[in-house]
Amino acid sequence: MVRDNTTLGAFREQDRFVINTGRSPTISPISHKRRRTGMTQAIERPGADAPVVNKPKPSKRPWPVEFATSAVGMKWIMALSGLALIGFVLAHAFGNLKVYFGAEDFDHYAESLRTLLYPIVPKTWVLWGMRIGLIVAFGAHIGSAIALTRINQKARPVRYQSPRNYIAANFASRSMRWTGIIVALFVLFHLADLTWGFANPDFVRGDAYANLVASFDRLPVAIFYMLANIALGIHLFHGTWSMFQSMGINSPRYNSARRWIAGLVAAAITVVNVSFPLAVTFGVVG
Amino acid sequence: MSKVLELTLEVWRQDGPGTKGAFETYTVEIPDDASFLEMLDKVNENLFQAGQEPITFDHDCREGICGSCGVMIDGQAHGPQKGTATCQLHMRQFSDGQTIRVEPWRAAGFPIIKDLMVNRAAFDRIVESGGYITVTTGAAPDANEIPVPKDAADSAMDAAACIGCGACVAACPNSAANLFTAAKMQHLNQLPQGQAERWRRSESMVETMEEFFGSCTNHGECQEACPKEITIDFIAMMNRDYLRSKLVNRRRLGERKIG
Ligand code: HEM
Ligand code: FES
Repeated sequence: MVRDNTTLGAFREQDRFVINTGRSPTISPISHKRRRTGMTQAIERPGADAPVVNKPKPSKRPWPVEFATSAVGMKWIMALSGLALIGFVLAHAFGNLKVYFGAEDFDHYAESLRTLLYPIVPKTWVLWGMRIGLIVAFGAHIGSAIALTRINQKARPVRYQSPRNYIAANFASRSMRWTGIIVALFVLFHLADLTWGFANPDFVRGDAYANLVASFDRLPVAIFYMLANIALGIHLFHGTWSMFQSMGINSPRYNSARRWIAGLVAAAITVVNVSFPLAVTFGVVG
Repeated sequence: MSKVLELTLEVWRQDGPGTKGAFETYTVEIPDDASFLEMLDKVNENLFQAGQEPITFDHDCREGICGSCGVMIDGQAHGPQKGTATCQLHMRQFSDGQTIRVEPWRAAGFPIIKDLMVNRAAFDRIVESGGYITVTTGAAPDANEIPVPKDAADSAMDAAACIGCGACVAACPNSAANLFTAAKMQHLNQLPQGQAERWRRSESMVETMEEFFGSCTNHGECQEACPKEITIDFIAMMNRDYLRSKLVNRRRLGERKIG
């Protein structure tokens, strides 16, 4: 991969450096791709070869494809799908607070999710719409995470041979892939436990409150639930802040608030979600 | 009076691109008002006298403006002092008897040429793809002929401070060049003179960058390493401009067909 760069004078055809004589009145010289043509004058400037790392993408593809295969575009996709997932997790945590009102309220809430917007829309349609949206968001989020991780691994094939001294990168930002994987595994277990029911021996369809209590009465499940939500909180502490940057939400007017918002989102979700297994374990709910 | 420090250095030595390298240990005595590069000069002098091959490292201006110098010093790009290039780093930042590890930038986009010197031609490719404006060169225009809002001028100037040293890539855990590219893009995108080519520039610079470097995960290591203290706010602006460039350039394509 590394070309023989000992001779800095090595020169390739595509490294032509182009200047404009200034006679042309039209201004559109930055070509779509960097191999440019049709300029008024070209001088050949010897320059060093740049290494080949990622093959240049083929030009002339539909712009959404170009966008979705670029790293900056994939960060947009991560941020947008992450935002959708944050919205879901917040609503989910808030709705579940009904568990503190007792079995009747909670089961009624669970049932009401099936009849959202009914009778305007047939039963469970809205629920299914949200489920499909979530699946798409998860798919897009995890898909971009994998693709970007590959790009990043390729970008530094030989690691630093002496220990790094990080200044800004924190535990949350450096463990995104791990906390993400923990959350993904948790989501699968969570569905098997409380939606499909096969991971919960006492599962009774439609009996949301009793299922929840039966599930958290198993101490290992309660502990896993709490650890996964702490991982989610750590993921969101960096993720929420990162999302602002990825979407260019940046202005001196509110930049100081972004870390706070991230901290608040992470803390709110973690505290509320961790409270449920604790409440069951200590008999507040049950 | 300056103090004389006795230091142990572990320096990465590598014969050429693609060959295997290793740390070599040297000792040096150096006054604490010397710069880091002067310290390396001293090591090289000693090596020369001993008939050994001196350490290859890149440097030119030695005053923090050319961007040639730049090595990892104890795991930090340009060493422990904020806002300084390696050439501006003084040995008083280190203490007597300390062991210092010196390593080249490591990134697929920056192959090692020899020892501590890397090939940063990938940065040239990024700038060539849009880091300029096309103007009619001629007599210098009158000052203030084009009004520029003060905030835009200041912000553009902050971005334009980039010396292209590569510390952002070196410091980034992902070897991403987003800070460099954003700086080179946004110092033009914020000014009236940069508007005509703004969307083409945003699109092509990002896509050229991605041929060589990793992807930003917003750790923020780059702005800590940057000898010019350029902020990651410019990366956010670049992300915004990249999305808009896709839409605007697409619309322009349609306009061209109509016209
Ligand atoms: C299911 C498994 C998940 C995996 C594997 C995963 C992985 C990742 C990774 C690798 C990043 C990029 C980190 C960075 O760029 O610094 C990220 C960002 C993010 N994640 Fe996740 N994540 C998962 C689940 C979630 C969930 C459930 C939520 C929300 C409730 C979420 C919200 C976010 C947000 C908001 C970002 C920031 C996007 C950005 O940087 O622009 N993630 N995730
Ligand atoms: S030698 Fe010019 S910036 Fe250090």
